[in-house]
Amino acid sequence: MWAFIKRHEGLWLFTRSPAVMIAAIVALAIMIGAVFAPWIAPVNPYDLASFSLMDGLLPPVWEEFGSERFLLGTDDQGRDMISSILYGARLSLIIGVSAMIIASVLGVGLGLAAGYFGGRFDAIVMRIADIQLALPAILTALLIDGIARGILPPEMQQDLRVAVLTLAIALSLWVNFARTARASTFVQMNKEYVQAAVMQGQHPLRIMFVHILPNILGPLLVIMTVDLASAILLEATLSFLGIGLPADSPSLGTLIRIGMQFLLSGEWWILWIPTLFLIALVVSINVLGDFLRDVFNPRLR
Amino acid sequence: MLKVDHLTVKFPSRFGDVTAVENMSMHIGPGEIHGLVGESGAGKSTVGAAIIGLLQSPGFVSDGTMTLGETDLRSIDRFEAHALRGKRISMIFQDPQTSLNPLMRIEDQLIETILAHEDMPTSAAQKRAVDLLEEMGIEGASARMQSYPHQFSGGMRQRVVIALALCTNPELIIADEPTTALDVAVQSQVLELIRRLADVRKVSFMLITHDIGVIAQIADTVTVMRRGKLIENGPTARVLGHPEHDYTKQLMAAVPPLDRKIARFQVPDEDGPATAGKSKGDAAEAWLLGGKKPVPVGLTLDAINVAFPGVRTSFWQKPKPFVALSDISFDVTAGSVTGIVGESGSGKSTLAKTLTGLIKPESGTMTLGGSDLPGGKARSRHHPSRQLIQMVFQDPFSSLNSRHKIGAILAEPLWLYGLVEDKEERRALCADMLALVGMAPEAIDKYPHQFSGGQRQRIAVARALLARPKVLICDEPTSALDVSIQAQLLNLLKDLQSAFGLTVIFISHNLSVVRQMADDVVVLRHGRIQETGPSERVYQSPQADYTQRLLALTPTMPSDWR
Amino acid sequence: MVYFIAKRLVQSLFVMLAVAFLAFSLFRFVGDPITQMTGVETSVEDQERLRDELGLNDPFAYQFARFTGDMLQGDFGFSYRTRQPVAEMIATRIPATLELGVVALLISLFVGIPAGVYTALRPRGAATQAILMMTLVGVSIPTFVIGIILIFFFGVQLGWLPTFGRGGTVNLGGWDTSFLTVDGWRAIILPAITLGVYQLTLTMRLVRAEMMDVMQSDYIRFATARGVPMGRLYFKHALANTMVPVITIIGLQFGGVIAFSIVTESVFQWPGMGLLFLESIRFVDIPVMGVYLVVIAFFFVLVNLIVDLLYVAIDPRLRIRDVS
Repeated sequence: MWAFIKRHEGLWLFTRSPAVMIAAIVALAIMIGAVFAPWIAPVNPYDLASFSLMDGLLPPVWEEFGSERFLLGTDDQGRDMISSILYGARLSLIIGVSAMIIASVLGVGLGLAAGYFGGRFDAIVMRIADIQLALPAILTALLIDGIARGILPPEMQQDLRVAVLTLAIALSLWVNFARTARASTFVQMNKEYVQAAVMQGQHPLRIMFVHILPNILGPLLVIMTVDLASAILLEATLSFLGIGLPADSPSLGTLIRIGMQFLLSGEWWILWIPTLFLIALVVSINVLGDFLRDVFNPRLR
Repeated sequence: MLKVDHLTVKFPSRFGDVTAVENMSMHIGPGEIHGLVGESGAGKSTVGAAIIGLLQSPGFVSDGTMTLGETDLRSIDRFEAHALRGKRISMIFQDPQTSLNPLMRIEDQLIETILAHEDMPTSAAQKRAVDLLEEMGIEGASARMQSYPHQFSGGMRQRVVIALALCTNPELIIADEPTTALDVAVQSQVLELIRRLADVRKVSFMLITHDIGVIAQIADTVTVMRRGKLIENGPTARVLGHPEHDYTKQLMAAVPPLDRKIARFQVPDEDGPATAGKSKGDAAEAWLLGGKKPVPVGLTLDAINVAFPGVRTSFWQKPKPFVALSDISFDVTAGSVTGIVGESGSGKSTLAKTLTGLIKPESGTMTLGGSDLPGGKARSRHHPSRQLIQMVFQDPFSSLNSRHKIGAILAEPLWLYGLVEDKEERRALCADMLALVGMAPEAIDKYPHQFSGGQRQRIAVARALLARPKVLICDEPTSALDVSIQAQLLNLLKDLQSAFGLTVIFISHNLSVVRQMADDVVVLRHGRIQETGPSERVYQSPQADYTQRLLALTPTMPSDWR
Repeated sequence: MVYFIAKRLVQSLFVMLAVAFLAFSLFRFVGDPITQMTGVETSVEDQERLRDELGLNDPFAYQFARFTGDMLQGDFGFSYRTRQPVAEMIATRIPATLELGVVALLISLFVGIPAGVYTALRPRGAATQAILMMTLVGVSIPTFVIGIILIFFFGVQLGWLPTFGRGGTVNLGGWDTSFLTVDGWRAIILPAITLGVYQLTLTMRLVRAEMMDVMQSDYIRFATARGVPMGRLYFKHALANTMVPVITIIGLQFGGVIAFSIVTESVFQWPGMGLLFLESIRFVDIPVMGVYLVVIAFFFVLVNLIVDLLYVAIDPRLRIRDVS
């Protein structure tokens, strides 16, 4: 086992870097907590019957007046903070991960094809990417959100919030994938193993996905991590601006927006605990992304 | 002058210290050109870097002494070392394209270097720069000096690089593969310049190269290295002409001569332990032959023209197309080896890509065994020639997909062309084919990065053979390999060619290598054929001026050296 | 060279046209403009007449051409919400956003570039590791949280700086600037830092990566081998070559700065375009949304054209044709 790790470049570096190990543990813990939130969380924050106003604004357990029933305190509605945060992180991660997957499938597909076929197809894809770049991520997401408000009937808007938000974030992130995939594909196209496959008469789809794709996974994996972090941040930002998720199904961003009302009063935990949680999640994902970048780019080590 | 004694260089790694150079000693006198020769991994460049104090981190000198004149190079601190660089020792790098700062004028780079080491007015530095460039053979130097590096051709740039290394009158110049990136004509000019500087200015040179021909031509003394160790050193004629050490003898035997064709190279490692006592690939051989005597297939090219669209620089003018090949016609006799030689930019690789259907010719026709061979996209993915023509590429590190196992790479042609349907049968055949090209059959479950360059080239040959081809195109198959590995691969290609009646097109910039392989030769320059004919005739009595010049300028060693 | 710039100009026009088309489609298809403009009491006939007068029954391409033409003449239509001309609404907001963006960008450049150079030259130093860790945290904290933290400490706890609005502005020929009053400067500090932090970390990491690449290049090794003084080596040779790719990215970033100012403006109640855009999204005020889009794209394209010119100025390979 140890010998294997020592021979494996990436695993070896992993064991050498405490920051990365902590980040991995934090990210993993939050993800597990989020996935199993319905089983772990003390109460269901979506269920109005499970909390009462009587318990409102209780501080965390270590403060004066803290209650053992609510380890991290409660908000003004009497909701347990731990449960809100776990469910919030669950929602944030669902949106972030799905947006990242949609963006990567769309972006990698287009970028790979653009790099492989070149010529006019490439030009068209890249012009679309140019236009997308002129409209930065947050703007695209806001715009799609605005359009959805205009087109969808009000009764559907609530139901489709999560879907619209996911799509908005995905569409603002695909360019990253497309540009990276295209640039890496261009590099691979000049490699002789690709020429050998073309020359042998293999099918273009096979060349793209069986030959080229495994060779460009490294940089794409880095983008995936970094964009997952961006997607979570973007969702939080949109929810903070009040156009993301509504208060009855709060994500981490919504929790922070609600907490803002208590910025000037004494109930610090309602604002700062979800904020810390969000930062811990994103920092650990970014630390992992940074680590992957170093693994795949030995020059910068 | 320069004295190196018992030099040892180590690189710490997580597996412990790796010794890159061990117990190295040498001596270079004033005006002496000392060749440092060896195959890749010999540690030649590390010696040079250690002397000038630019070892790549985390490498360090762990033992030995280095003195330049009276100065002990190991005891000076890093500021003194930096002041010494340029002033007393300078360096020339391999690639003139990347050695110059693209954003600065030549003049500024020269003056800056002179003023860094000498206290003089700018005008004096400028005058010295002009004189030096004139001496290097750059005409109209005071005007040309205003240009940026990209405005010079490759050979001219290397002259500028040498001028930069020389502008502060150093005692020693370390030249690391200074001509490897250059064509023979430019190479001979640069070598002449180095010789003249050593003779007239008494500058010492340490010439690091893998090219024994270059050493033979200009080095006074030579050191042969292998795996970080000194093998032997002394006057060039003695060491290379009458080697004492076995390794030097083997090295010399593996160098292809320009003046004659030898049937087989004497390579000691051939049929080494890997295949001893095991299958020699009999099954694969039988499968390739199919129980019959092979029927070779010939190839013809008639008036082939290839042009690439130029880079557009204006809205009004159509860009001038770049003509890569013009009016190329020749026949390749069935079952023979045709060599194609030419310098960089001659269109050799374009020709290979045209034959394999990667590039579409503007006009002209090609035939394969009498039937029409369409070019470019007109050749469908299912055209029979896709199977009949196979190729071995130049770069063994990129020609195999590093994410696939050897077994998967080799089996590809078998199922693609429907040659063998059964999976187990394919696997057995691939393993036996590996044995046929001199590899252990166990290689089938490994990944390409687990093999050396020479082994990968063998795998690439096996992949080509598994398509049951009639024509094999080899595009510079040995130019990335060391001479001894090159000799082994050339032997293998010769064996396979005669055993299976393959028609081979062998492309190389190296005239000596082509001579060893080819029955007929085509000499290309700027996309045009200069001369064709049986190779013995072309090498013995070249007709075209260009061929004559090329043969004359190729560095060779005296014929009595072996 | 002329061709290079002309080509970029054509590409920019193409991007602008596409964005204008997007804005037009928004206007035309998201919600019915007529129902937005009129109240419930307007009769169907009146609606039809208005529809005809506004040319909404004309062919699609014709409508788009007119839309583009109007825009070029500075006629951006009217807001659904306030019934004011959109051009006026946006024009009064532009100075606030631009000044905020420029200050933020300057902060990011003046801190980011030196930090990037330092961390590239001392890759193993303790300070480098600390800076790198800080930038990682920097990119991971959402802009609005940075804003909240700054407000909490410097506004609420210490009470040093104002936490909302622009403070005092001076009107210079129709342009409201904060740069001429102490109050204005005090007000811009927190929002500009908030907006600049994210860009700063990106700039620093980019400069570091490029600089490390350049330090490995042959021409730097050659310059070292001939003893070019260290100061010139780092700043004249290495930094100049580093800047070529860096300015491209900074051009791309400026678009991001303007867009992210939406968040900053919301946190600090900064009366810029972003705040206007946010309000118009809440009220589905399509004309304002569309015009904001066009204005943002215009700034982006403009900055990138300037970057292309800088490129030509720095890199002789684009200026002078290869003679060999």
